[in-house]
Amino acid sequence: MTGSGGSGGKGLSRIFRRGYLYFFLLPSLAMIVFFFFVPAVLTFLISLTDMSYTLEWHWVGLANYVKMIQDPWTPLIFRNTMFYVFTTLSFFNVGTALLISLLTTHIEDRIGSAFRAIWLLPRITPSTVYALMWIWATRGDRSALFNWLLSFLGVPPVEWRLQWPWLLVILVNGFVGASFGMIIFTAALKSIPVDFTRAALVDGANTLQLIRYVELPLIKWPLMFVTAYQTLSLLTSFEYILLVTDGGPGLYTTEVWALYAYHMAFQVYGGGSAQYGYGAALSAVLVAIGLVLSVIYWKVFRMGEMMVEPKIEVD
Amino acid sequence: MAKVVEYLKKSVIYIVLVAVTSPIILLYYYLFASSFFKNVEGLIPSGFTLEYWSFILSGEIRVPGTVGTYYPNVYLVTFNTFFLAVTIAFFEVIFSSLAGYVISRYKFLGRTRLLQTILILHSFPGITLLIALFYIINILGLYNTLTGVIIIKVALDLPLDIWIMKGFFDGIPWDLEMSALVDGCNRLQAWWKVIMPNVRNGIMAIIIFAFLSGWSEFIYILTFIAEQKYWTLSMLVYALTSGEYLYIEPGVTAAAAIFYMIPVILFFLFAQKYLLRIQITSKGTF
Repeated sequence: MTGSGGSGGKGLSRIFRRGYLYFFLLPSLAMIVFFFFVPAVLTFLISLTDMSYTLEWHWVGLANYVKMIQDPWTPLIFRNTMFYVFTTLSFFNVGTALLISLLTTHIEDRIGSAFRAIWLLPRITPSTVYALMWIWATRGDRSALFNWLLSFLGVPPVEWRLQWPWLLVILVNGFVGASFGMIIFTAALKSIPVDFTRAALVDGANTLQLIRYVELPLIKWPLMFVTAYQTLSLLTSFEYILLVTDGGPGLYTTEVWALYAYHMAFQVYGGGSAQYGYGAALSAVLVAIGLVLSVIYWKVFRMGEMMVEPKIEVD
Repeated sequence: MAKVVEYLKKSVIYIVLVAVTSPIILLYYYLFASSFFKNVEGLIPSGFTLEYWSFILSGEIRVPGTVGTYYPNVYLVTFNTFFLAVTIAFFEVIFSSLAGYVISRYKFLGRTRLLQTILILHSFPGITLLIALFYIINILGLYNTLTGVIIIKVALDLPLDIWIMKGFFDGIPWDLEMSALVDGCNRLQAWWKVIMPNVRNGIMAIIIFAFLSGWSEFIYILTFIAEQKYWTLSMLVYALTSGEYLYIEPGVTAAAAIFYMIPVILFFLFAQKYLLRIQITSKGTF
């Protein structure tokens, strides 16, 4: 009696202790289930309907996917997306990022850090302000920053958003995107043991050879990581394009897949707004790509190894 | 000779660095100059004026040649933005430090699966769920409320926050907690009195990251907010930038944008070590 009573009390206090545990986890769990899992499933479900303003469920099977394949704009949107991701990624998110981290790690660290800090500015500046800066600096009149600077090279003034929309879109996104790779590459370059670089220098390597034969091979994994990670983030991002060209000038000149999905659902002007069903089908493609790539990254970059067991078993 | 080569090498590095970095500095300079000068001819400003900043006094942004107001009061909008950012930061800190602690310290059914999910979600682009989230927000009756935007922001930021906080908890030696338990604290007291003060850096990082992320939020405001009285500064700057049918002095737009950037600039100047840490841990997952 006493024995069972004692163990009962212990069991109760154990449940009580375990209670804390779930009480601690509950808010986060609820948020993740309700705002990641449910919407992911909903995206696919809504894509099977012709949902509009009224948010009514009216099943239409795969009609939206058929529409997507037959949509005369699909090939253009697809090509735009590929072009946007490939150029921004290679010239900025990897290219410029690598250039900045190599240059800033080959000079005095204090000055190098200052340059890297400047490159963080576009990322932490609110997107609407950052977009305004570019729009304002690239407008058509002669006194606008870009036209004024280029006038010294004899270039006549142009309205960049109309004349060079893609260049503008890539620059705007690129100056934000470069900082991510820059930080990862800098951390990787700094962790290369000094012995390696000294040995190369003693062997008579010059700076370019040092970079080419010692440093680049040693940061192969970070390079792959940044390329993979940024591909996904570029593929799904549309905020800066919406702010700067909104897919224009004209119809869909700089429209990318994610922005097209957004326009189908939420465009305020013109026809074709509130097509939540079609928008969801377009999004579903990105959700599927996102899920697959996330799992692949997890496997390839062995993120599982970061999941160490808790140090002390408490129970 | 070697010295000359070394000197040349350094010069080349500096020239390239300055060349690629200068667009950023020039863009900020140009916006800044445009808010204080009547004319900015490329890099050369002339005609200093404070007139574009006059909205600071009244909070009203006037459309020239019209009476009445087309834009909400700047201070109301600032209050909304501040409220949004602080609330987001508050909930993110609480939720992530609770969950991060449990995941770091306890072994429980489904722990591995949960951690795996958090890591995978961390690279998953939440923005692709926008249409489904719009549906959920409508069903919950949270369309056109800041509460809806707050809930979504907190949820989408959480996997990253939990991961960061778990890392900080992992770094605290178990002995510290054990001695608190031996001294008669229960787990809750031990967490609050002993553990939490030791993860101050982590908490600071989450607060700054969440505040800036809430302060800058644009897409969810644009999509889930319908009325001007719930606007945040991002919507105001967006409206001032794109409102071509209402003529606004570009200087006023520039001034409003700089006003919006004040907290960002402060964090940039005084909390850089946290920002760098956030950048590394956040999008970097190492």
